[in-house]
Amino acid sequence: MPDMEPLLRVEAVGKEFFGNRVLEEVNFSLAPGEVLGLVGENGAGKSTLMNILFGMPVIQQTGGYEGKILVGGKEARFQSPFDAIDAGIGMVHQEFSLLPGFTVTENILLNRESTRYNFLVEVFGERISTLDRRAMRKRADDAISMLGFSIDPDTVASEMPVGHKQFTEIAREIDRKNTKILILDEPTAVLTESEAEILIQSLRNLAGRGISLIFISHRLQEVMDLCDKIVVLRDGRVVKEAKPAGTTVFQVASWMVGRNVETRGESRRQRAETEAALEVERLWVDMPGETVRNVSFSVQKGEIFGIGGLAGQGKLGIANGIMGLYQAGGNVSVTGAKLALNAPDVSLSRNMAFVSEDRRGVGLLLDEPIDWNIAFTAMQVQDKFVKKLLGGLIKWRDDAAMRDTALDYIERLEIRCTGPKQRAVELSGGNQQKVCLAKAFVVAPEILFVSEPTRGIDVGAKKLVLDTIQRVNEEFGTTIIITSSELEELRSVCDRIAIVDNGRISGIRPAGCPAEEFGVLMMGESPVAVSDTVGGNE
Amino acid sequence: MMDGRFKKFIENFGWPRIIIAAFLMCLFAATPLVGVRLDTSISDTLVRVGMNGVLVLAMVPMVQSGCGLNFGLPLGIISGLLGATTSIQIATSADAAAKSGAAQGLWAALSSALQTGSRSALLFAVAIVIAVPCAAIAGFVYAQILNRVKGEEMMIATYVGFSSVAVMCMAWLLLPFSSAVMVWGYGGSGLRTTISTNGFWWHVLSDFQSITIGKFYFPTGMFLFFMFMVFLLWAFFRTKTGTAITAVGSNPEFARASGIDVDRMRTISVMLSTILGAIGILVYEQSFGFIQLYMGPLYMAFPAVAAILLGGASVNKATMVNVVVGTFLFQGILTMTPSVINNLLKSDMSEVIRIIVSNGMILYALTRKTQVKR
Repeated sequence: MPDMEPLLRVEAVGKEFFGNRVLEEVNFSLAPGEVLGLVGENGAGKSTLMNILFGMPVIQQTGGYEGKILVGGKEARFQSPFDAIDAGIGMVHQEFSLLPGFTVTENILLNRESTRYNFLVEVFGERISTLDRRAMRKRADDAISMLGFSIDPDTVASEMPVGHKQFTEIAREIDRKNTKILILDEPTAVLTESEAEILIQSLRNLAGRGISLIFISHRLQEVMDLCDKIVVLRDGRVVKEAKPAGTTVFQVASWMVGRNVETRGESRRQRAETEAALEVERLWVDMPGETVRNVSFSVQKGEIFGIGGLAGQGKLGIANGIMGLYQAGGNVSVTGAKLALNAPDVSLSRNMAFVSEDRRGVGLLLDEPIDWNIAFTAMQVQDKFVKKLLGGLIKWRDDAAMRDTALDYIERLEIRCTGPKQRAVELSGGNQQKVCLAKAFVVAPEILFVSEPTRGIDVGAKKLVLDTIQRVNEEFGTTIIITSSELEELRSVCDRIAIVDNGRISGIRPAGCPAEEFGVLMMGESPVAVSDTVGGNE
Repeated sequence: MMDGRFKKFIENFGWPRIIIAAFLMCLFAATPLVGVRLDTSISDTLVRVGMNGVLVLAMVPMVQSGCGLNFGLPLGIISGLLGATTSIQIATSADAAAKSGAAQGLWAALSSALQTGSRSALLFAVAIVIAVPCAAIAGFVYAQILNRVKGEEMMIATYVGFSSVAVMCMAWLLLPFSSAVMVWGYGGSGLRTTISTNGFWWHVLSDFQSITIGKFYFPTGMFLFFMFMVFLLWAFFRTKTGTAITAVGSNPEFARASGIDVDRMRTISVMLSTILGAIGILVYEQSFGFIQLYMGPLYMAFPAVAAILLGGASVNKATMVNVVVGTFLFQGILTMTPSVINNLLKSDMSEVIRIIVSNGMILYALTRKTQVKR
C-alpha cells in the first residue's frame, strides 16, 4: 500500500524454539480499522506470533525473534507487554484474567482508576488518592456500550456468565485510550452461539471506530463473517492471504491443513441387530455443571453411539458416571452383567475405557513422558508392561515394552513429537488428544467412551481423531460412545444419537435424521410434542 | 557435538548446583591456604553425607506421591529413637541376665549371642526391627491426617512433626526404661537427653570395611548401606506400585481415572517416608555416637528438605540423583564453610557460622521450591 502506511506491518518475522522452527518469513500488514483473521491448525504458530507481537517475556527468554515489526511505520521491539500496551496494542487472552471478587468496573479500570485528590496524597504520593467511583462507573459503562452490549458495571466478576466475562476483558482493552490494535485469541471459544454473534457484532462496531483487530479463531464461519482479510498460517509460514469475498470456508480449511478435507458420506451402514453391549437404566450422576437426572438407553455391540446436547445439560455426566469418576446411581449392565458404580477400577476392569473431555485435568500426566501416558492405565488395570519377578512378588515396570508401544502409536496416530520420552505438556492440543486415544486403545476395550474428542483441536487433527475412532470400531468391533457438543461431528460418525436435555434423554434418533430434528430435541421441546411432530422412533 | 552435549549436561544439572559445586571446590582448594587439612576435610564431609543420606532419602516417596516435602520427618525419627532406646534396653537386660545366668529359652539365646563379636550388628538389627513397625504405624496415622488436608500437606506435616516431638518429650520421661546407661542418674527414671551408643552399636556400619589412610577415614559400610537403600527405593519406583505412586503425584485425577486408589498410594508413600526416616536416624546415630532425645528431632527435617531441594528436586518430583547430589552439596558446604572461615578469622565462631550457613542454605532452597526443574 504505497498511499497509506499501514498501522502494523510484520516483515519477515521468524522464531525458533530450541532449534525447532515455529515461524518463518511471516509477512502481513494491518490498516487502521481493518479486521484481520488469523487462522491455522494448532501448532501452526499463531500463539507464538501473537506472543511476539505482544512482547511476551517468553520470546526474549528463548532468544528473541527474527525480522521486523513496524507499528505506525516505526520499528518496534517490545521487551515486555507494557511496551506493547504503550504502543497501542491490546490483547484479550484465551483464559480470563479477571479478579473474581472485583466488580466489572474495578476489573476494567484496574490500575487506571479515576481518582480524586485528598490530603494524604501530600504525604504518601499519588497512590493513595481516593477513587472516583462515579467517574469510574461512567468510564466502564462507556467502554461496555462501545461494544454494543450492556452489563451492570457493579456485577462481581465471579458471578457473571462466561460471555459477560469475555466482554469485560475486551472492554478493559478498549478503555485504554491509546489502544489501536486489539488482538483477540479465540474470544468465542467459550461462548454460546448467540453470545458469539453479539461479540462479532460488537467487534464490527469497534472496527468501525478505527480500531484494528487481529482475530484468531477455530470457528471459520465467524472469521469469514467478521474479517476483511484472512491470513492462513501453516507450519509457521503464511500460506495464503485472502479476502473473505469469493472464498469459502471449505477453501480456507483446506489451506489450513494443506490437503483437501473430505466430507463424509451421509449414510452410515445399516447394522444387524446384535446383543446389547451396554444397558443403562435410570442413571443419575452428580457431576457439577453436568448433572444427569434420569437417563436410560442401551447400546448395541459394535455400535457407534452418539450423545449430544447443549452445554450444561448433562451429556458429559453420563460417561463420567459410568466410569465411576463422579457419584452416580441407577442400573448399568455391561454385556448383560450388572456394573458396580462409583469405582473407576471396576469399570476399567470390565473392559471399558474412557477418553475424558478434560484432557489436561484428567486425561494426561502432563509432567510425564508420552510412553507413561499411553501405558499407565493398561499397566495398572491389566498388568500389561509388567515383568513379574520372584514368582510375581515384584511387578517390575517393563520400560522397553512401554517404549515400543508408544513408538507404535506415535507412528499410527501421527503424533508429532520428538519421541516417546517427550513430556505430554509440550505437545499441542491435537497431539495430546491422540495420546489420550492411544492410552484408551492400549487397554483394548470392548466399550470405549470418548468425550469431546475434537474440542480445541485443529481441522487436520480432528479428522484423524474421528477416522481413528471409526477404524477401531470397524477393525476390532469396539462399541464406541461419543459425547460431543458438535452435532455435525456426531452425525458424521455415529449410528444413533441420543440428545440430552436437562439431565434426561429427550430423544434417540438414527444419525441420518435431518439436523432440524436434533435441533428440536436439543431445545428441550417436550418429548410428547416431539414424538407428535416427527414420529418417535425410540 | 561436544559443545552441545556439554550444554545439555549443564541444563540437566542446573546452574544452581554447578555454582554451589564450584563454591564447594573453592572451599576445598582453600583448605591448605588457611591451614586446614584437606584429607580430614574430605573425610568429614563424606562422613556427614553418609550420616544424613538416608534421612534425605526419606523425602522422596512423599514428594513422588504429591504429598510434598516430608516436614513431618521428626515422626519417623522418633520411631527410630524408640527402636534405638529399646535395643539398648534389651542389651542391658540381656547382659544382666547373662551375668546372673537366669536367662531361659529365647532370651538365653539372645543374651549369649550378644556376648559374641556380632553383638553390635545384632543390636543394630534389633533397633531396626523395632523401629520399622513403629514407623509404619506412625506413618499410617500420619497419612490419614495428610489425606484429609490435600493441598496443605507441608504446613500440616510441619506441625505433625513438631507436636509429635512435644508428645514424645513426655513419653521419654514416662516410658518404663530401666537401663542404667539411659535413665537419669539422680531420679532413677526417665531417659536422659543424650545417650551414648558406645558399647552397643557405635560405628557398626561406619567401621565395616572402613578405609583409613593417615588422617583420612572413609566409612565404607555406611556408604554401602546408603547405596543399598537408594537402590531399594529406586527399584521400588520401577515397580507397578511405584509407578502408580508417581502418577498420583503427577496428576491425582488421572490416576483415579485409571482405577488407582489415590489415598492408598499416598498412604503407602507416607509410610515409606516415615520408615526411611526411622532407619535414617539409626544410621545417623551409629556414626554420631549419641542418641539425642527430647527436642533433638525437632528441626531435623529442615536440613533434609534443604538438601533434596538443592539437589534439584521440586515439590512433586525427586530422583535418586537429586538425593545424592543434594546431600553431598549441602553437607559439603555445611562442613567446609565453618572450618575454613574459622581459620581465616582465627577465632572460634564455627557454631555461629554453621547456623548462618545451614539456615541460609535452607532459606535459599525453600525459595527454590516452587521452581520445577525442566
